[in-house]
Amino acid sequence: KTILSSPRVNMVVNTVHWFRKGLRLHDNPSLRESIRGADSLRCIYILDPWFAGSSNVGINRWRFLLQCLEDLDASLRKLNSRLFVIRGQPTDVFPRLFKEWQINRLSYEYDSEPFGKERDAAIQKLACEAGVEVTVLNSHTLYDLSRIIELNDGHPPLTYKRFQGLINRMDAVELPAETVTLEVLRKCDTPVSDDHDDKFGVPSLEELGFDTDGLATAVWPGGETEALMRLERHLERKAWVANFERPRMNANSLLASPTGLSPYLRFGCLSCRLFYFKLTDLYKKVKKDNNPPLSLYGQLLWREFFYATATNNPCFDKMEGNPMCVQIPWDRNPEALAKWAEGRTGFPWIDAIMTQLRQEGWIHHLARHAVACFLTRGDLWLSWEEGMKTFEELLIDADWSVNAGSWMWLSCSSFFQQFFHCYCPVGFGRRTDPNGDFIRRYLPVLKGFPAQYIYEPWNAPEELQKSVKCIIGVHYPKPMVNHAEASRVNIERMKQIYQQLSCYRGLGRNMTRILITSYSHFDARLRVYRVNSGHPGIHYENNPIHNDDLTLDVKANMLQSRNINTILHLSTPKLNKHYSCVMGKEQVAASQ
Amino acid sequence: MLNLTSLFLRMKRMKGGEEGGDSSPGNSSPEVCKKVRTQNTEDSEAGVASEFLDSDWARLPQELLLHIFQYLPLLDRAYASQVCRGWNQAFHMPELWRCFEFELNQPASSYLKATHPDLIKQIIKRHSNHLQYVSFKVDSSTESAEAACDILSQLVNCSLKTLGLISTARPSFMEVPKSHFISALTVVFVNSKSLSSLKIDDTPVDDPSLKVLVANNSDTLKLLKMSSCPHVSPAGILCVADQCHGLRELALNYHLLSDELLLALSSEKHVHLEHLRIDVVSENPGQHFHTIKKSSWDAMVRHSPKFNLVMYFFLYEDEFGPFFNDEIPVTHLYFGRSVSKEVLGRVGLHCPRLVELVVCANGLRPLDEELIRIAKHCNQLSAIGLGECEVSCSAFVEFVKMCGRRLSQLSIMEEVLIPDHKYSLDEIHWEVSKHLGRVWFPDMMPTW
Repeated sequence: KTILSSPRVNMVVNTVHWFRKGLRLHDNPSLRESIRGADSLRCIYILDPWFAGSSNVGINRWRFLLQCLEDLDASLRKLNSRLFVIRGQPTDVFPRLFKEWQINRLSYEYDSEPFGKERDAAIQKLACEAGVEVTVLNSHTLYDLSRIIELNDGHPPLTYKRFQGLINRMDAVELPAETVTLEVLRKCDTPVSDDHDDKFGVPSLEELGFDTDGLATAVWPGGETEALMRLERHLERKAWVANFERPRMNANSLLASPTGLSPYLRFGCLSCRLFYFKLTDLYKKVKKDNNPPLSLYGQLLWREFFYATATNNPCFDKMEGNPMCVQIPWDRNPEALAKWAEGRTGFPWIDAIMTQLRQEGWIHHLARHAVACFLTRGDLWLSWEEGMKTFEELLIDADWSVNAGSWMWLSCSSFFQQFFHCYCPVGFGRRTDPNGDFIRRYLPVLKGFPAQYIYEPWNAPEELQKSVKCIIGVHYPKPMVNHAEASRVNIERMKQIYQQLSCYRGLGRNMTRILITSYSHFDARLRVYRVNSGHPGIHYENNPIHNDDLTLDVKANMLQSRNINTILHLSTPKLNKHYSCVMGKEQVAASQ
Repeated sequence: MLNLTSLFLRMKRMKGGEEGGDSSPGNSSPEVCKKVRTQNTEDSEAGVASEFLDSDWARLPQELLLHIFQYLPLLDRAYASQVCRGWNQAFHMPELWRCFEFELNQPASSYLKATHPDLIKQIIKRHSNHLQYVSFKVDSSTESAEAACDILSQLVNCSLKTLGLISTARPSFMEVPKSHFISALTVVFVNSKSLSSLKIDDTPVDDPSLKVLVANNSDTLKLLKMSSCPHVSPAGILCVADQCHGLRELALNYHLLSDELLLALSSEKHVHLEHLRIDVVSENPGQHFHTIKKSSWDAMVRHSPKFNLVMYFFLYEDEFGPFFNDEIPVTHLYFGRSVSKEVLGRVGLHCPRLVELVVCANGLRPLDEELIRIAKHCNQLSAIGLGECEVSCSAFVEFVKMCGRRLSQLSIMEEVLIPDHKYSLDEIHWEVSKHLGRVWFPDMMPTW
């Protein structure tokens, strides 16, 4: 306070750190950088309460966010500061703050998503005009995404294998930044006014216009404190089982786990780098092996993969105008969509998952696969964009890039995905949880059915339905589709689309091929990349000799980099050359 | 005159420079067209013409022009046709109108745009006698399927070689009143005397209409795809097989398959069959399926030794009783629902011609012995895909080792492979790559 009243005002550094994601004090490099040499610090979060009520984001996600903010506020109190939650729009808020608080430094975490980049560019411009210095550092992803894209000749990697190859060539992940402590803030003033709570307090759900009557306690409590506790538990459990392979799914894994981390990574309550290094340390300790395999970081790398593919694609969450998305003639059917979203499909496995999602804000990733496949290519043939929007509303860890990317993946709209395999809405659940306890938990109306019928209660004899007091068609809906028939029809549709993409639709040539769909299940699998060059769509023919992800990815990337708009015949030798340069040396050796 | 080209030009403008990948013709709505019309007339006529006529481009021979046009999507051809009279004439050359794909979608049921109604009118009026290869892509609405039937009924003065009715979302032709559909289809059958390919899956085609087809096109018909056509009886399809001796490809449902049909297809008069696709779909659980005699299959193989028998199974596990008890010449097998270990064991014993196998799901017990048996007995097997199944890593490696490099397609979900004492998941990628002679990875799904 002495500094502010001193006459050397122009030498004073007043800094503001803007929290968006990255809701934490550990590994927050831009915050740390902001504090360096600063005379005062304020941490803000900008929230538009008018937008909140009308937005697509559901109550569980809002609650999680508010809890994160509460936790952040509590942690900042321990540093003699507070979190300033400011109501409004960033572009309106900043010019006002810069003036009012005499700000000359602004920091925030780098946001790689197209919308975020656009927003930040606008703020940067405002800051520049106000003579405010801006500090932006990356801490939401393990790597600098632009570096990954640079390594890939300026194009986003289109398959996970390719991505892994690039990761192997990247510099090591940077160590997490030191946590912000009282010591760090020693020389820095943290102004807080007496009416802080009135002006800048964290709002309640009611204030945002949500009805909280009968709202159950949060299964996923938000906040950095919770996140760090969970991380410890997560690692303890891993150490205990001493198995670093992907855990096999069972009935238990369907339920929210106290060691689950995905929502915390999404909001940045947990640093992905901290998680990364803790995993590495544990692996080295337990396995006495200094070279952890990439698969150890599966969860983190998938996230990174989708961030990397989305960062330069503003249409990543759409089919139309999205160069990496195959155009599929999805059905438009609001009633069917509502049945799916509200858990009224008549398939207990699907409905239980959707109920869990709505109630708790989280579902297991294989459960996500099940409902996503059911909505799109498996049964309902509805657009993945609709599913993505539903997840955006309900799923706490839904992130623009990861959500859209996963939906494209699962609907076979991109990433050269094999499409012959559809998850069965009856069999898949039964394999995971043969007894059906998961269904009984979320759909109590079905709890009387024995395991034999609980996944397909419509096949239960009438007597049984009466005795368990659940008549199918009265108390619980009949299945909305015949799965066998739907999957037959849909696999044909998919083959049709992929085959069509496979041949250049030049007139007078090949047109009889409209009808001649291939007989191989795999020809149809041909993975296609369409370059939106404004012309017929560029597709390459399936090459039976080179069909694994890696080669196709090479094709895709070659195609992209040249932006060719005629049919591309890739000769084998040419391909092999590129092929080997993509892989590491040992992989080439293995292929020889 | 409101001709095709100006129509397209307006559409092009309307798209506002958005260079979408969609090359489909006539994507626009009439309202917007009108708005742009005024400004179009102002700038298209003058200016460009004089300078252009002096250049060599205007003197490009028609054959060359035609060749170039053949590579252009319809929209770009329309654009080019505005340039000069010569190019405009080229635009209307019959060669360019032999193939057409009608896209019939409603805004309420589809995200995709539809072929513009004006364009459809113009084609029927001006180019219907040029059409030879025609397909209709129809969204899930009955309205669209009916529109397709309306167009079909107007194709009276054309001779089609290829006709495809394709439901892109749901089998919407099934919703059209049967009489309406049949009368539209028979217009084509009667007028087109040299129909060679016909794809009418998921439609209400019936026996009498197939008779009309046979009466008019028996000499030329080579391909007939009619999976899931519930109004056709085994007698109806038998009549086709009896009369159409040039038939090379046939797709139908199992309930139409009979010993008589196979014998008809393997009669001396009949050409070699290339593909026979059979869909085996269960309508309700516990359905009973008939069997086909081994002798009938043997007759087929003797007559057409190279034919592909493609079978799609969408059955409940307990409905497989009648299948795979005897040798069957199936080449491509697809199990779209859960299939038991026992049935896969029978497949290993009785499918010596098997080339491709896809198993979408299986029970909880590993498929180890079954795969090994398949590797041992199915010497042609070159492609396999496994979804919700389990196989131990050692058995899988053994399977790959036995099949070796002939496995050109090996698509296994990561979750399928169960690590055991011999191999971990990381090791299996090396081991399998070694036996295949190329780099191989299991298929992965994102950890979301």
